[in-house]
Amino acid sequence: MTLFSDFSFFALLSVLLVPAVVLGYREKDRRYYILFVSVVFDALAIGRDPLHIVFFLGYIFLETALVKVYGKVRERRGREGKIYAVFLILSILPLILSKISGFLPVRLFQIIGISYLTFKSAQIVIEIYDGVIKEISIFDTLNFLLFFPCIVSGPIDRSRRFGEDLNRKIPKDEYLEMVGEGLWKLCLGLMYKAVISSYFYEGMELLTESYSSFAGVGYAYAYGLYMFFDFAGYSLMAIGAGLFLGIRTPDNFNRPFLSRDIKEFWDRWHITLSHWFRDFLFTRLVMQSMRHKWFKNRLRTACAGFIADMFVMGIWHGLTPYYLMYGLYHGVLLALNEVWQKKSKFYKKHKKEKWYQVISWAVTMQLVMFGFLIFSGNFPFAGPEQ
Amino acid sequence: MKEKILEMLAEICEDDVVTEDLSIDLFEEGLLDSLGVAQLLMETEDRLGVVIGLTEIERSDIDTPEKIVSLIERKAVS
Repeated sequence: MTLFSDFSFFALLSVLLVPAVVLGYREKDRRYYILFVSVVFDALAIGRDPLHIVFFLGYIFLETALVKVYGKVRERRGREGKIYAVFLILSILPLILSKISGFLPVRLFQIIGISYLTFKSAQIVIEIYDGVIKEISIFDTLNFLLFFPCIVSGPIDRSRRFGEDLNRKIPKDEYLEMVGEGLWKLCLGLMYKAVISSYFYEGMELLTESYSSFAGVGYAYAYGLYMFFDFAGYSLMAIGAGLFLGIRTPDNFNRPFLSRDIKEFWDRWHITLSHWFRDFLFTRLVMQSMRHKWFKNRLRTACAGFIADMFVMGIWHGLTPYYLMYGLYHGVLLALNEVWQKKSKFYKKHKKEKWYQVISWAVTMQLVMFGFLIFSGNFPFAGPEQ
Repeated sequence: MKEKILEMLAEICEDDVVTEDLSIDLFEEGLLDSLGVAQLLMETEDRLGVVIGLTEIERSDIDTPEKIVSLIERKAVS
């Protein structure tokens, strides 16, 4: 079963959400039921492939054990960099193995949502090291990792935030409002993903039959809009389903096509991903490089940080030339944007004026759409396949 | 402690106004950005020995010099 896609999924979802609404309406403990529904949907999504099942269970066991053990070690030994590094590497090792499986004779950790699951496990390890997480409940961790609305492609929640929602007693009126909002988001998301995105998909198909360079431009736009409606639609549905369970998963998109510069774009597009990278990679890289004075000044530090950050994001998408290029492309754009906004007198003088913002927006959109063309793997645009 | 913190903040923001006006909005005025926050956390750890987790604070916890001082002082005790 493909979650948020198959008819059978939606049929089963509407049945399994009924007891959740009853529990929520009566202000009863929802935690066990949430775990139960997650296990049902995760199992259906995984299917019957024994290898997949074994790796999935192995992964969940490994990560849960890792955070539990590291919590104990951290409590006893304090902030020790080397121990932390070992646990952090172990927590992302399955993802690394799955990404390089293509180059290996065996398939390792080819499980659903591994890319997204890794964010969730790694951030727990990092926050334990920071001393932000002190108590680790195995039950809450399992609930967090297995939470079915977000298992395949996010949005990437934070364990402490999720835990608060999970263990909070929600007043009846507030819960009913959440259900209303959830229903709206499920419907809107379905419309985005099933109806609007497929229009743009058809447009892409038509355009690949043409050779002209105009078709390449059109293709980039159609692909960008297809990606948005497909992914934002999925995210809305995931958030909607979560609301029925009393979990307020963070938003993933906030009108990205209104961005006036590339930095703003990453604050509006795939937000939970870029904010994860900001909090757990970019800022930490910047802190390290400032501490050891790797670069001459703050601006250079920032530029190097952006490029490294986005390149890692490219690697995370997959080890193909176009994903790596996509990451580098956005890293360089962010760096150029930073230099422009910090150095340019013209920018400082005119940034608040309407005409500047309109031009800046128009330029940003072209850059974003060109980025999608790289991401699609169809650049240079080749026209129809031979 | 308070003076040390403000002195450090002035270096990071490259502006002495932060030691004079303790309720100035650091983000609104362009005195602090995400890079400045990174530097603030790093220097707080290295110079004052106070560790603040990056993800335990929100922008609203550190948007004025006053709030930064009280956050670091609170953390130093615990």
